[in-house]
Amino acid sequence: MKTVKIALASTALTAIAGMALADAHATMADEMTVVSWGGAYQASQIGAYSDPYLAMHPEMTVIYDESSSEAVAKLRAMNEAGNITWDLVDVEAADAIRLCDEGLAMEVDVDDILAPAPDGSSASDDFGDSLISDCFIPQIVFSTTVGYRTDLVGDTPPTDICAIFDLETYPGQRSLNRNPLANMEWALLCDGVPKADIYDVLATPEGQDQAFAKLDTIKDSVIWWTAGAETPQLLADGEVVMGSTYNGRLFSAIAEQGQPIGMLWDAQMLDFDGWVIPAGLPEDRLARVLDFLYFATDTQRLADQAKYISYGPTRASSAPLVGNHGALGIPMAEHMPTDPANATNVFVTQYDFWADYRDDLDAKFQSWLAQ
Amino acid sequence: MADATANGLTAEPKSGPMMAADGRTLKSSLNRALRREKLRALALIAPLLIFVLVTFVAPIVDMLFRSVENQIVSETIPRTVDALADWDATSTEAPGEEVFASLYTDLVVAEEYKRHTRLGSRLNYELTGISSVFRSTGRSIGRFDTDIYTDQFIAADPAFEDPTQWSSWMADDGLRTALPLTADAYDAWVGIMVEVKEDDPLEEDIYDFVYTALYRDLAAGAVPAGMPSIDVSGFETVSLRELFIDEDDAWMNVEIWQTIKTYSPSYTDGYFLNAIDMRNGPDGAEWRPENEQLYIQLFIRTMWMSLAITGSCILLGYPIGWLLANLPARTANVLMILVLLPFWTSLLVRTSAWKVLLQQQGVINDILVWIGLVADDNRLVMINNATGTIIAMTHILLPFMILPLYSVMRTIPPSYLRAAKSLGATNWTAFWRVYFPQSVPGIGAGSILVFILAIGYYITPEIVGGTKGVFISNRIAYHISSSLNWGLAAALGSILLILVLALYWAYDRLVGIDNVKLGG
Repeated sequence: MKTVKIALASTALTAIAGMALADAHATMADEMTVVSWGGAYQASQIGAYSDPYLAMHPEMTVIYDESSSEAVAKLRAMNEAGNITWDLVDVEAADAIRLCDEGLAMEVDVDDILAPAPDGSSASDDFGDSLISDCFIPQIVFSTTVGYRTDLVGDTPPTDICAIFDLETYPGQRSLNRNPLANMEWALLCDGVPKADIYDVLATPEGQDQAFAKLDTIKDSVIWWTAGAETPQLLADGEVVMGSTYNGRLFSAIAEQGQPIGMLWDAQMLDFDGWVIPAGLPEDRLARVLDFLYFATDTQRLADQAKYISYGPTRASSAPLVGNHGALGIPMAEHMPTDPANATNVFVTQYDFWADYRDDLDAKFQSWLAQ
Repeated sequence: MADATANGLTAEPKSGPMMAADGRTLKSSLNRALRREKLRALALIAPLLIFVLVTFVAPIVDMLFRSVENQIVSETIPRTVDALADWDATSTEAPGEEVFASLYTDLVVAEEYKRHTRLGSRLNYELTGISSVFRSTGRSIGRFDTDIYTDQFIAADPAFEDPTQWSSWMADDGLRTALPLTADAYDAWVGIMVEVKEDDPLEEDIYDFVYTALYRDLAAGAVPAGMPSIDVSGFETVSLRELFIDEDDAWMNVEIWQTIKTYSPSYTDGYFLNAIDMRNGPDGAEWRPENEQLYIQLFIRTMWMSLAITGSCILLGYPIGWLLANLPARTANVLMILVLLPFWTSLLVRTSAWKVLLQQQGVINDILVWIGLVADDNRLVMINNATGTIIAMTHILLPFMILPLYSVMRTIPPSYLRAAKSLGATNWTAFWRVYFPQSVPGIGAGSILVFILAIGYYITPEIVGGTKGVFISNRIAYHISSSLNWGLAAALGSILLILVLALYWAYDRLVGIDNVKLGG
């Protein structure tokens, strides 16, 4: 009897759901809350995506919330409270995987909801490898790479990543990210592990010890940062001779502020940043988000973003459209991490590896730091 | 009437309780009046009390409760947890077909509800690598070769393809009892249809896992009355154990099963063990390897650095408090504004200012080099370590020490000191024997404020603490906002709360909490 009742109820539910779906296309919410990182990056999104979208939809308001750095925790809290106030959230790829695993982000089929490339190839082909999670809609490629003080490295500016570990040629402090990502890979690479084997080695306790032993050699000369803005500041103050940070920060320090800083592209750690849609949005808000996303992730819009900031578009079809810097007028293509001249030796962050090992390696890394 | 009175008087026992006018004892009558008073007082504070309970106490209790909660395992894979009860956790071999068959049903259902990855992340806190095992198995579980059962049942009798037929079978209590696994799987499938797919279970094709359950029931010798009788002994079979191991050979790993079994109860001490650098091993709780130990060290560091900050606040705040209390009101007011000024400046600005001052190429080092106190290549390291944290936090918390000191010192009459001196005390004796004891309540109040604030601080240590100057609260913040390990964060928070309460208790025993004054 029970199952029959469920069956009958389900028929009714199906009918209601059908009506709701049909209704959704008619109404879209007039307000949308977008969560991003603030600063120059958010400004680039406003310039490239929301301002043109608002010009097409003057009745709309877009509210920006600068909470991306704590998006994972806040989304979980909202989900538990049953009140999702965000419509679209900009997160790093690793966080997108975490949100997807936790069921806090909506799974999407990019071919269904995003525009195809201008040549007609499907969105999934156009985005290619940047589709690292079922919930993730990629926007930009950025990289963690190394900048150095041109006046403090003598006549032999560093050309490869292992300069970080070379205290003899480049004495002085260096600044590195206070988490294992990138540091462990670079340590193994500079300890002679072939690039192709690095993640296999890092998965073993011996490999982890090897990486820590390599990091031990410079431990006393490292200032550990937690915010991307710290390295450019430390470089500008002359506090460190070199340090890792995001390539866009270095571009801004070099090109926009004219600091005596040079940058390395060697062994840059490529990473993606993009959108996730919170799970459980009401129909009208979801319809608006999908409409905005279709526009904001098309080939031209992604290329436009590079006018404001030196992060590369994730669509292959956007790359040829990247133009000049909006204020400085310099061509931006050569400042993209994905530019062929810069991408001779790159790491693509192994998300599956880090999803498994992040908790464990982070515990070991913090314990190592505290010793 | 007179008799009655006389009787009443004589009847009154000599040592009995006093009676009130209404015949009750005086004591209970008084109690009643007092209780009414108390209730009225309670009613007056009720709105505030309820507000505090609902918005403050309840969320904290809820959050702390997460440190032991572990229902996720038994809710996501209930059948596997049941089946694992018979498996010997000390064995060297992964469990048998029965457990894998239960896991198959559980994972198909969990995948539909998108719950399997959440369980994977939960278990990954305990055993590195489980997260991807659940993610990849979940991705392929829908493609397992169990459709051979579906095909064979349908080939044997087309009635097995009809969802309406299934619905009437599964409404039959006799059949449900005869086919427990099938009934359970069918109910789960109806749940998926209604709750996830929002489809009509009377029109959709039954999923493979229901047929697999039916095969298991029949192979175990069930005799269903009212269903077409099928002889399954000739069926082509497939081993779910092998399917799982083909998909990811990690399923052969005994450790995974030990972890699942260890963490299958609804409540766990795992988070608390983790918070004190221990873990649940096969033989009970054990210490983590040395290279993973972190938290005890951080707790100790948080304690002694908070004490150091409290101590330096007393040293710096006491003279200022004294000055404020003894200067003429006009000058004291100006000084008071200087004390309060930091409250009106952003915390981040104040902390970043310390960076500029203390770093190696910073203002202080530059001055020291310029006057020749330190060599240029040997500049002092004053930031990104414990020193930096103590300096910056002392600055930030100083007003919390000065204000209670000031308000207590203002109430100490200056005539006491004069009297002591006129009786022949030296300046020091007068201060130490007469003035200082009266200012102790201010020190106590200031110390409690500063210490408790310091213990929970995390922004300042994060910015200026480097690696040797961060607190336990930085790790709590990390687990809340980055790793999403709220259970561990809650356990660390609970331990911190218990430590603070224990210190408060110790303070009460040593100094006496009555001896604390926040104001005159």
